[in-house]
Formats: sequence, C-alpha cells, structure tokens
Amino acid sequence: MYAQMVKSEGPKDQDDPAKLAEFQARIDAGDKIEPKDWMPEGYRKTLIRQIGQHAHSEIVGQLPEGNWITRAPTLERKAILLAKVQDEAGHGLYLYCAAETLGVSRDEMTEMLLDGRMKYSSIFAYPTLTWADMGAVGWLVDGAAIMNQVPLQRTSFGPYSRAMIRVCKEESFHQRQGFDIMMKMCAGSPAQKQMAQDALNRFWYPALMMFGPSDKDSVHSSQSMAWKIKMNTNDELRQKFVDQTVPQAEYLGLTIPDDTLAWNEEKGGYDFAEPDWDEFFEVLKGNGPCSVDRIATRKKAWDDGAWVRDGLMAHAEKARAAKVAAE
Amino acid sequence: MTDKREWPLWEIFIRGQHGASHRHVGSLHAPDAEMAILNARDVYTRRKEGVSIWAVPANAIAASSPSKKGPMYDPAEDKAYRHPTFFDIPKVVGPM
Repeated sequence: MYAQMVKSEGPKDQDDPAKLAEFQARIDAGDKIEPKDWMPEGYRKTLIRQIGQHAHSEIVGQLPEGNWITRAPTLERKAILLAKVQDEAGHGLYLYCAAETLGVSRDEMTEMLLDGRMKYSSIFAYPTLTWADMGAVGWLVDGAAIMNQVPLQRTSFGPYSRAMIRVCKEESFHQRQGFDIMMKMCAGSPAQKQMAQDALNRFWYPALMMFGPSDKDSVHSSQSMAWKIKMNTNDELRQKFVDQTVPQAEYLGLTIPDDTLAWNEEKGGYDFAEPDWDEFFEVLKGNGPCSVDRIATRKKAWDDGAWVRDGLMAHAEKARAAKVAAE
Repeated sequence: MTDKREWPLWEIFIRGQHGASHRHVGSLHAPDAEMAILNARDVYTRRKEGVSIWAVPANAIAASSPSKKGPMYDPAEDKAYRHPTFFDIPKVVGPM
C-alpha cells in the first residue's frame, strides 16, 4: 500500500515480558496506545517506518499529478486537481506529525527519504503520460489507498488512527474526481476513449502492486497484525480492490488488461493475474521508470527551500528579541 | 541541510461553525505564531472546518502522566450519584 514491505521488528529481549503481555492485552481490548504510554521498541520502530513511508508517499505522490496542473484541459479541472494535490500535502503533514510523536523529527524523516533509508510507495515511480492518467490515478490509486486506509482508522496507535480518520474524510473526493475524468474520457471521441483504456492498461498492475507481495511471501505481517498496525492481509485487500473495480471498468466500457480475469462463483470474487513481482521489487529498490527523477525533484525542493526555512526562523527569533527588548 | 534548527511544533485548536469550544485538531511546524495560524488555515480548514484558530507552542502544554491514570481518574468511579440518572424520581412529579 502506501506503506509496502515495512520491515517489522518483534519484541526485543530487553522488553519486560510482563509489560509486553499487558501491552498486548490493551491492544486486544481495543485500547488506543498513546505516544507517552509504554510500548515495545519494535512497535515504535515499525510504526516510524510505516507511518513515515506512508507520509513520504503522500508527498512524492504529488509529483505525478503536479505534472498535469499546468496542462489540465479546463480551468475547473485545473482548480480541482490543484485542490486534490494540496490535500495530498495535507495528508503528508498529518502523517509526519503522527510519526513525530514516536520520537523522530520530520526533517530527519525527509533526509532519510532523500538518502534512500526510507521508501515511498512503488506506484509513484510510474510516469503520468496523458490527461487520462489523472483519471486512472484518482480512480485506481486513490481507490486502492482508500481500501487500506479505511481499516487503518481502527489501528492501535492513537495518533495514526486520528490521522487516518482525517485522511479518509477527504480521500473519497479524490477517487470520485478520478472516476469523473474517466467517465468524461470514455464518453468522448474514440481517441479519448482509447486514451482512457491506455491509462488503465498502464496503471492496472502497478495499482495491484500497491497492496504489497502475496501473503505467502509477506514475512512481516503476523507481528504487525497482532499489534493492529496492519489490519488486513495484502491478498485480502487486493481481492477486495479487484472485486470492486471490475464492475466500474465495465461501466466505463473499458477492458481490464488481464485475459485470465474471471468471476469465481465459489469464492464469490474474481480470479485475476498477479502483477510482475520482479518488477515490483526492482521499483522498490529505486529502479522504477521515474524513481531517480522523483527523489531528485524532492531533493531540489528541499535544498532550494533551505534558505526560506532558515530565513523564517531567523526572522522569528529577531522579532522575539525585539519584543523582549521593548517590554 | 544548513543547520539543525527545525521549525518548532505547534498544537492547533479550531472552533467550528456552531459556537462550540475550540477543539484540538492536530499539530504542525511553523517558525512563529503568525505562520502557525496561516499554516493551520491551509492544513486544517480547507473545507470550512472552522471559524477560529488557536495555535499553542507544543512545549507550553502540560500533560497528565499516563502512568498516573489510576490515581487520577479512579476516584470518580464510585460516584455514580454525580449523574442525574442515579436518582429515581416518580413520573408524577413532572419534568426535572
């Protein structure tokens, strides 16, 4: 998902077994864990990675869409896209603040993203080539994100849960604006409809990858599920996403690029082809089509903004000193 | 990075449309109070969630300790008589 392949850490030797048991009991009882409560070091570290990766994904996720703000087909579409991209910045900020309660600063996390110690979702390493991609991203990428974020509202860590509640309130607008673009394109000229089909063809498998590797290859799930920082398995969510999305594609008159796709009466869901996991692991390693460009863009923004951040701090300190002198 | 001075953290409180109290909505970083309020406008009121913003330096907030939960709040447990439903008042008495 926005946080894929988060390396989880189990309880450590130094954790007091009695405290661990009490902690697990609180989680099992549905208690929220708050930043100043006792928590196992593994819980804290896993959450920093997961929330940090989620936050970075929101921020890097602005780039593929930002690509089309200046070229949106109408002023209304431009204003809507601008509002959506601004929301993503907001979502990143909510999440950074949630992670910061665990004892890591936002600036530290930013630097870890830039030097490759932290990751962002594989989906944002793909290019957005046409306007129809704005439709496909909203419809599929935000749709997949919602599938993961809705259950995370019930996660055990209070600040993460509250950030998710806030994000989910806003996310539905994102998916609908994407589907709205797809509806317009599919009701347009044959060339426009083809553009929508092409966007679906390119984004289908990367969207399926967002949920992370298959459960049989997912080594980190069980501890995170016991701690309620992961609420569903990757395969569960992927299945749910496919089942929900196929009828929507049919409504649009588009074809899912999967010859093996078929309704399976017995399981009450679709059978579908797995994405190319080798490609997924390459993208996660930083070898996606736009991986280099994404980090270079973030690094330029960070470096070019340094004088603004420092200047505003210097101004604030000067103003504070002047106020003290005047009193 | 030029130096390690990060923008301080602020806790943001917002009062909604209908005259309720300011409520904590989250936190953000800003160099000073004025910027904290401007940033809070963009981060927390994009959908008209409020009509008034308070920004408080996070380090100015004193908080009760989670480990003292018991001694702090347990004494209220056996004082059910503080709630009006504790008392059975006959219906014939009328609204009370």
